[in-house]
Amino acid sequence: MADNTNSNKADSFQKQKNKEEMQKQLITFALMILFTIIAFVIVATGVMDAMFVIPIIIVLALVQVGFQLYYFMHMKDKGHDMPAVMMYGGIWAAVLTLAGLGVISWW
Amino acid sequence: MSTVASQKRGFGEVLWDYLTTVDHKKIAHLYLIGGGFFFLLGGLEAMAIRIQLIKPENDFVSAGFYNELLTMHGTTMIFLAAMPLIFALMNAVVPLQIGARDVAFPFLNALGVWLFILGGILLNLSWFLGGAPDAGWTAYTPLSVTSPGHGVDFYVLGLQITGAGTLMSGINFLVTIINMRAPGMTYMRMPLFSWTTFVTSTLILFAFPALTIGLFLLMFDRMFGSAFFDVGLGGNSIIWQHLFWIFGHPEVYILILPAFGIFSDVIATYSKKRLFGYTAMVFATILIAFLGFMVWAHHMFTVGLGPVANSIFAIATMAIAVPTGIKIFNWLATMWGGRIEINSAMLWALGFIPSFTIGGMTGVMVASVVADYQYHDTYFVVAHFHYVIVGGVVFGILAGLHYWWPKMFGRVLHEGMGKLTFWTFFIGFHLTFFIQHFLGLMGMPRRYWVFLEGQGLDTGNLISTIGAFFMAFGVIVMLVNVVYTAVKGEKAVADPWDGRTLEWTIASPPPHYNFKQTPLVRGLDPLWIEKTEGKGHVTPAEPLDDIHMPNSSILPFLMSVGLFIAGFGFIYQVDYNWAYILLFGGMAMTLVCMLIRSLKDDHGYHIPKVELEREAD
Repeated sequence: MADNTNSNKADSFQKQKNKEEMQKQLITFALMILFTIIAFVIVATGVMDAMFVIPIIIVLALVQVGFQLYYFMHMKDKGHDMPAVMMYGGIWAAVLTLAGLGVISWW
Repeated sequence: MSTVASQKRGFGEVLWDYLTTVDHKKIAHLYLIGGGFFFLLGGLEAMAIRIQLIKPENDFVSAGFYNELLTMHGTTMIFLAAMPLIFALMNAVVPLQIGARDVAFPFLNALGVWLFILGGILLNLSWFLGGAPDAGWTAYTPLSVTSPGHGVDFYVLGLQITGAGTLMSGINFLVTIINMRAPGMTYMRMPLFSWTTFVTSTLILFAFPALTIGLFLLMFDRMFGSAFFDVGLGGNSIIWQHLFWIFGHPEVYILILPAFGIFSDVIATYSKKRLFGYTAMVFATILIAFLGFMVWAHHMFTVGLGPVANSIFAIATMAIAVPTGIKIFNWLATMWGGRIEINSAMLWALGFIPSFTIGGMTGVMVASVVADYQYHDTYFVVAHFHYVIVGGVVFGILAGLHYWWPKMFGRVLHEGMGKLTFWTFFIGFHLTFFIQHFLGLMGMPRRYWVFLEGQGLDTGNLISTIGAFFMAFGVIVMLVNVVYTAVKGEKAVADPWDGRTLEWTIASPPPHYNFKQTPLVRGLDPLWIEKTEGKGHVTPAEPLDDIHMPNSSILPFLMSVGLFIAGFGFIYQVDYNWAYILLFGGMAMTLVCMLIRSLKDDHGYHIPKVELEREAD
């Protein structure tokens, strides 16, 4: 019996974790749909100037990318350091290049 | 070697073995053969260039053919010789150095080598199909867009195919080094060659996409009527230069960093000392890679970017001299007080230090914007980059080949011929290129097919050409050495150089599964640690068990052939409708192969434990 309780305990711990993980996934999923709706609504209804709409949509998009990477693709979990380093390295190289070209063209 | 002697295999069988192989050691042989062939081809082109310039107003080759020669010399040497030869060494050595049984994606590895070989052949077939590319290896627009004939089309398609192979191999090495290190082989215990391979692969991953995009734009401009680089239609021809050098400058470090890694291993081994400043060496490598992305515009100082942009790029460029200097001093300090053994591999390393330092010094000179307005497009620049690429990369490849030849082929290269190669090549190299600094300062421009009499350029060019013949002699001796070694060379033991790293713990050449049991790594230079404070051999990290191996496959070769055929389709669809058959047929071939690869489950095979035990006896 004692053995059984133990294994049940471990199991329930895992179950609890899975449940939390599922909750997080659902919340992020709902938020992402919400962001998409917001983006469509502010464009469709024309409540704002293009000057505000564009940065808002870009911010929403960036948050969605973050959700995608960190929640759906598990970059928040352990053992994802190297992918993170490589991705941020790549982003750094790309941003640097674009910034360089931008400065050269418009300064 | 006993297996080869006991069961002589037919030529067809060996050929099929190499066409289908996914073994990193055989792929290294393929890279070496392919890269070596193109190295000789690029060398022949260089000899033709030097013979043309032996005297004023020479007419050895025509002006148009001279343009083709110089373009193909540069393109071949960078993309089809230096990079594949470096990949040959990486494939041969890196999995062994980190204690792995193969690379992470053996199939992808085979695809990489075949894309390189067939892309290179496609590019060089242009010689027989109406003329080679003639717009310089940099293919600057608008010249490359308006260049008549199909030469530049071959450049675009050939490099696109080889570039895809390089990108794949780069990703493959990244994954291999991150995931497949033996137990105990932490990042900071990796041999420097593995480290530089890792950093180089990162550079490939980040830099090659810029070339891919540039080539695509050029392809659309030339073949499909777009106007990305056509100023008359609202395009911008400077964008090509940016894209090319955003790739091209990291490319320089893609070439030189592995050479740095080779020298670090060679110098430590033959000095019988731990590499001085290992940590500093690693961080200098990373810093060079990091800065390498911020300096591309120093190739474009005279384009007219403005003083602010030029100054920023000049300062960033000069900053690279700092980590490079750290490395030079670390190599010197490694040798300091060491028990130095001078043989052919070590000679290349010793020759490298002064040669590369001269190249680095002229590098700082051309990095200074005001001075660069004088140096730009003269022979001074030609001298500079040959000092870094020949004095750095080629010396590195040759040092690596002499050092790892026993591991790759099971025989030691002949020492006397190795030394003869070094001395003739080394003297020839300095004769050829040192004088070119002064030719450049006297105003001799790059890429001109003749120079006039009585301008003080005659003697310098004559000396330069004589030097080129010395280098050619050195290469021929090396070839003789390779053949001699293959026929009657001395058989290599597992550890011919009293080595320090894991590749010397297994037989030369290694069995196809590399390590019977994965080794346990106890620190930097694992074998040396075991030699000095252990049992003299590396402790296994696992009990003897079945070994999982990948199956051979012809698909990588067929996929590459498909792209090769499609390349001709792209080039000729401009003129003939039948070329669409090649285009769609070739692409279909590649896609069908990809489909087969995806749908067919291939779990590889196991070498049973019993067999491994039997081999031990």
